[in-house]
Amino acid sequence: MGCVEIRALSKRFGEVRAVDHVDLATNEGEFLVLLGPSGCGKTTLLRMIAGIEEPTAGELVIDGRVVTHLPPRMRNIAMVFQSYALYPHMTVYKNIAFPLRARGVKKEAVRKKVEWAAGMFKIGRLLDRKPRELSGGERQRVALARAMVREPSVFLLDEPLSNLDALLRTSAREELRQFQRRVGVTTIYVTHDQVEAMGLGDRIVVMNQGKIRQIGTPMEIYQWPADTFVATFVGSPPMNLLDQGDTLLGFRPETFLPADAVEGSEGVVTYPFEVTYLEYLGAERLVYGNVGEKSHARHVVSRLPGSLILPMEAGKTYPFAVASRDLRRFDKKSGLRREGGPS
Amino acid sequence: MRGPSVSNPAADSARGGILDREGALAKLMIAPAILYIVAMIGVPFVLAVLYSLSDATTGDPSIKLVGLRNFAAALADPVFRLSLWNTVFFTLASQCIVVLLSRLLATALLKTFRGKWLVRFLIMLPWTAPISLGTIGWLWMLDSIFSPIDWVLRYVGLLGVPGALLGGGTNLYYLGIPGLAISSIILVDVWRILPLATVIQLAGLSSIPKDLLEAAEVDGASPWRRTLMITIPLTLPITSIAFLFGVVFTFTDLVVVYVLTRGGPVHTTQVLSSWTFFKGIEGGDLAQGAAISLFMFPVLAAVAILILRMARRTEVV
Repeated sequence: MGCVEIRALSKRFGEVRAVDHVDLATNEGEFLVLLGPSGCGKTTLLRMIAGIEEPTAGELVIDGRVVTHLPPRMRNIAMVFQSYALYPHMTVYKNIAFPLRARGVKKEAVRKKVEWAAGMFKIGRLLDRKPRELSGGERQRVALARAMVREPSVFLLDEPLSNLDALLRTSAREELRQFQRRVGVTTIYVTHDQVEAMGLGDRIVVMNQGKIRQIGTPMEIYQWPADTFVATFVGSPPMNLLDQGDTLLGFRPETFLPADAVEGSEGVVTYPFEVTYLEYLGAERLVYGNVGEKSHARHVVSRLPGSLILPMEAGKTYPFAVASRDLRRFDKKSGLRREGGPS
Repeated sequence: MRGPSVSNPAADSARGGILDREGALAKLMIAPAILYIVAMIGVPFVLAVLYSLSDATTGDPSIKLVGLRNFAAALADPVFRLSLWNTVFFTLASQCIVVLLSRLLATALLKTFRGKWLVRFLIMLPWTAPISLGTIGWLWMLDSIFSPIDWVLRYVGLLGVPGALLGGGTNLYYLGIPGLAISSIILVDVWRILPLATVIQLAGLSSIPKDLLEAAEVDGASPWRRTLMITIPLTLPITSIAFLFGVVFTFTDLVVVYVLTRGGPVHTTQVLSSWTFFKGIEGGDLAQGAAISLFMFPVLAAVAILILRMARRTEVV
């Protein structure tokens, strides 16, 4: 139970291809994150899975059943909206009971299920309130409870944490992950926040301009980006890319360190690093500068751990190095990574 | 260096004056509205109450109080009782139709389609025309002899030939037969209020966040359930406001009845406002007219209170 298969799914709005020929399959009970910049088509894809957006072409299979043209209520999916979309005229109890009543569940059974769901999200004491009397975090829990109450086979979440303040977001993220592990429902989660994606996802699907650029575990996405888009979209600051003829040489800022701090069994590549600007961020230090010859000068960033005490000032040049195993090569024209994946 | 006027804060505050004192400013700005209400509504209202308790006529408008005699006389008059019933019936019947039709129209206008602006324009048109002009237009439409509606009915064979569905006569005499006259008045009342109600309903419908309806869809609600559980409850306050506005407009309207039927045939379409006019102005019995018109007051006051309450409820949701 709980597998979504997307076959060559497309959605066009006029001339714009919001989702362009996407193929994707979830694993049983998996937490899959759709990550991408705004307008990349991730929300449209999620809405098509939910059935509130009609695909232009392609096929959608949930639990082995083709549901492409079925209305949402016949798909057994639940969705949490970015705005939570709680019904403002109903109490929390009625909000959570709504999906059950829509399927004609008996009153007594509804009460039991609502209490079960409310208990799971610790909102039992809020059942008589209206949504406007709740805080942001409470609303989010009600929305989750409403989605979970009828035990859907797939759980869709559209940026459910984006309306919470930073502190609450971290704890909500942790709770969400633990909760998903506990119930084991296949979950598809849309976000533009790479920290959320890395922290939550079993696998991440990176999208851009309606296309999937890479599918992989957070580790694969970060360490072995499939192309220069993924390399620069994931990671903050993004991966450095050095122009070398028809190749772009990529390395993460934290692997670009003073030459004496770099060890590499397969050798190291050393660059004279002309520092232009420094940022002290407490736990780390960001060093901006240029490497290579003047004509081919490329701007790169180095991320030094705060524990590395090394006097450094703008305007001077220091020997910096990258271990060879941390170097990634991309084709300059296509942007695709050249060599194979992680060994 | 400071100029003397800058260095004297007391003089400043004195000169900053009324614009800085919010309480006084508020009173000043609301004063014209209060004056207007007192002059245009308060004075005539008090006058009406006084007239209704007097024996004033257009010939002798001096006020000599005679107690509640005028109210008793009005209640004893069968035409008055029919007018009262007609006013309530025309208003409720037309406004129920208006609420249904305006909801349908508003739902249609929410969708995008070719020529939408033209449809909107046509729907708004009755509201922009002066009510008397529009009603005179209807007078022609419903004319006993030259009615274009009759002409069309005759053309398609529903009227004017032996055995036709609507009878063998050449005309239906919309304003001459009681049932048809009543229907005609209600029809014109509907036509009159529909644009306003549609606009209000449209505002109500488009204020429902799209997310809510989508969430309900994903939650498994059928279109019927979505309408009953989400759309109608969420638009109920604003629908009620549309309804109550329509009630006020129709309840107090004189023009439609005056232009179309003058209360006829034989008083069957008489309403409070027309009967007030015929009795008080054309008949010259100011005191009777005032008493009749005051019967509208409790209903209108209740409606006004309801509107204010509804407006508050829409704010809360």
